[in-house]
Amino acid sequence: MSKYTEDDLKIELETKEYEYGFYTDLDSETFPIGLNEDIVRAISLKKEEPQWMTDWRIEAFRAWQEMIEPEWANVKYEKPDFQAISYYSAPKKADPNKTLDDVDPELLAMYKKLGISLDEQKKMNNIAMDIVVDSVSVATTFKKTLAEKGIIFMSISEAIREYPDLVRNYLGTVVPQRDNFYAALNSAVFSDGSFCYIPKGVRCPMELSTYFRINQAGTGQFERTLLIADEGSYVSYLEGCTAPSRDENQLHAAVVELIALDNAEIKYSTVQNWYPGNKEGKGGVFNFVTKRGICEKNAKISWTQVETGSAITWKYPSVILKGDNSIGEFYSIAVTNNFQQADTGTKMIHLGKNTKSTIISKGISAGKSQNSYRGLVRISANADNARNFSQCDSLLMGNNCGAHTFPYIESKNSSAKVEHEATTSKIGEDQVFYCNQRGIPTEKAIALIVNGFSKDVLNKLPMEFAVEAQKLLEISLEGSVG
Amino acid sequence: MLSIKNLHASVEDKEILKGINLEINAGEVHAIMGPNGAGKSTLSSIIAGNENYNVTEGEILLEGEDISELAPEERAHKGVFLSFQYPVEIPGVSVTNFMKTAINESRKANGKEEMPANEMLKLIREKSELLEIDRKFLSRSLNEGFSGGEKKRNEIFQMAMLEPKLAILDETDSGLDIDALRIVANGVNKLKNENNAVLVITHYQRLLDYIIPDFVHVLMDGKIVKSGGKELAYELEEKGYDWIKQEQEV
Repeated sequence: MSKYTEDDLKIELETKEYEYGFYTDLDSETFPIGLNEDIVRAISLKKEEPQWMTDWRIEAFRAWQEMIEPEWANVKYEKPDFQAISYYSAPKKADPNKTLDDVDPELLAMYKKLGISLDEQKKMNNIAMDIVVDSVSVATTFKKTLAEKGIIFMSISEAIREYPDLVRNYLGTVVPQRDNFYAALNSAVFSDGSFCYIPKGVRCPMELSTYFRINQAGTGQFERTLLIADEGSYVSYLEGCTAPSRDENQLHAAVVELIALDNAEIKYSTVQNWYPGNKEGKGGVFNFVTKRGICEKNAKISWTQVETGSAITWKYPSVILKGDNSIGEFYSIAVTNNFQQADTGTKMIHLGKNTKSTIISKGISAGKSQNSYRGLVRISANADNARNFSQCDSLLMGNNCGAHTFPYIESKNSSAKVEHEATTSKIGEDQVFYCNQRGIPTEKAIALIVNGFSKDVLNKLPMEFAVEAQKLLEISLEGSVG
Repeated sequence: MLSIKNLHASVEDKEILKGINLEINAGEVHAIMGPNGAGKSTLSSIIAGNENYNVTEGEILLEGEDISELAPEERAHKGVFLSFQYPVEIPGVSVTNFMKTAINESRKANGKEEMPANEMLKLIREKSELLEIDRKFLSRSLNEGFSGGEKKRNEIFQMAMLEPKLAILDETDSGLDIDALRIVANGVNKLKNENNAVLVITHYQRLLDYIIPDFVHVLMDGKIVKSGGKELAYELEEKGYDWIKQEQEV
């Protein structure tokens, strides 16, 4: 049988559209594979979106069709077949007969190491569980506290229905639909994600986390996050769960947009631990993510990320320093092991005067992995007295991995100060022996050395996240020293 | 305490130790002296379990148990401590954190609970006072940017914290000025008791003015060729090693 192409599909759809019956088949949990305008419309309809949202998605889809998948990143992989993916999968109902005994024991062992409670494990594996009165009340208290402050924190689907004006005003303003191939795809098909709005002058009293909410909603692999911090507000946002997600779908293309209005501050922390593939490099998630924030006057955006998962990571959380005196920060730890490949870094776009940015990147490569830092610091002509400091450190374990640094600096203003420092080091046998001699076994010694190396970034994470991140580093590098 | 019998060892097929015999009892201080390349540091590395060396023959007994097949951390858990000639740097890991990890790993291996934080703090305070260590020093990254003297003092601080049964001091005097030497030696003397033993490996007699050995052994070409009391160290200082070589040849 010859290969089924996009053209074939188009022809088939043109002729057989009603036979497929997308609109009548809406109760089904998963859409048929493939992507076309009807699928995009169907997603929008399924989510009961207003017309403008549907149009916005269609616009994105049309742009995407004209775009080419980028190839400049320092990663090698077989491109996903975008017509072989199903673009909508409703949150599956928990299978009442499924118990923890049905879950891969290897996965359970990992949870145990991470100290994840049984209830959380059940949630993650879509296992029916009794509603615990305590956690219900906790959730209610949580919502009440936020509501009292006027903070909106909900899924983006809900927000599109409940706060259409807010969403419409800001969606796509930082990452436009046609920004890049994956952002366009996400704009067309995003299934869910988070929305957050902090009103003027409000300091969000707790760390907002997508952790539990994603467990509830079971959002798909095309998440869209929109976070707006109104003038003078502050929010710290945590994203991702620290448990490994055995995602059946290989492609994960999320978009995150942050808007920090005058004098606002957003701290955005991510711990990414998607399934990295097995030891032979089979499977794993392709993590192609666009994250960007914009700072108005005196605003500050701080990205902190700990990336340990995914087979391929393509991700550059960036800040547009539009307002005068605004500040952008990027703190990153990227770990690659076995056959993982990561091409990650940031872009700091200095537009306003007296803008400042700091980049601290720590790359750790083990096994046969490749780890690249790619960063752009752009100082525009009007950005008087802009300052940047970048530090990129790489740590290598063994002789079969690679660390690469691609710093780009573009300065159009002579008053700019841009500093870049880079180091590459290797975990030495002598360091490990020294630890061993003090009674510290090799695995623990590696963890200690890696944690020391990553300390500057780990310190930027909220306390409880930092502890989990440390454990995660340990687990990710297990067995990497022979 | 330590009993080494007919120990042969090589690195990359080159034989370095050629039949070492050594008996160290609890409460004793032994010194091993010898010219460069005699195998002194090799011997200390092998007792500690460095896997770059192959033990081809003989055995190493610690309190009657053969430890020659054990991993270095297992030997540490049984009370073997090596003060390194060249302590390595571990950036971002504070001396305190390192010690906490080391102590708790040993406790875990010996079936004990982790040391409670207040007890740990008390121990740190006590031992840093003993060795005249400024506590600010303990929050610095391990050996990173330390002077030669600071590195060696840090080694002895770790020894104090871990309270080993057998402490091997490998060229601890190298790179030390006279004040640092005195402090380090005083530390060792304070830690010495009838239940532990110290093996000092040194080039010069200088350190032995401060840490008085019960026995002195001369290591040459992979063998202990002469043993004696502390006066042997003075004799070596005065006459060098050549006379022993000649004695051997005769």
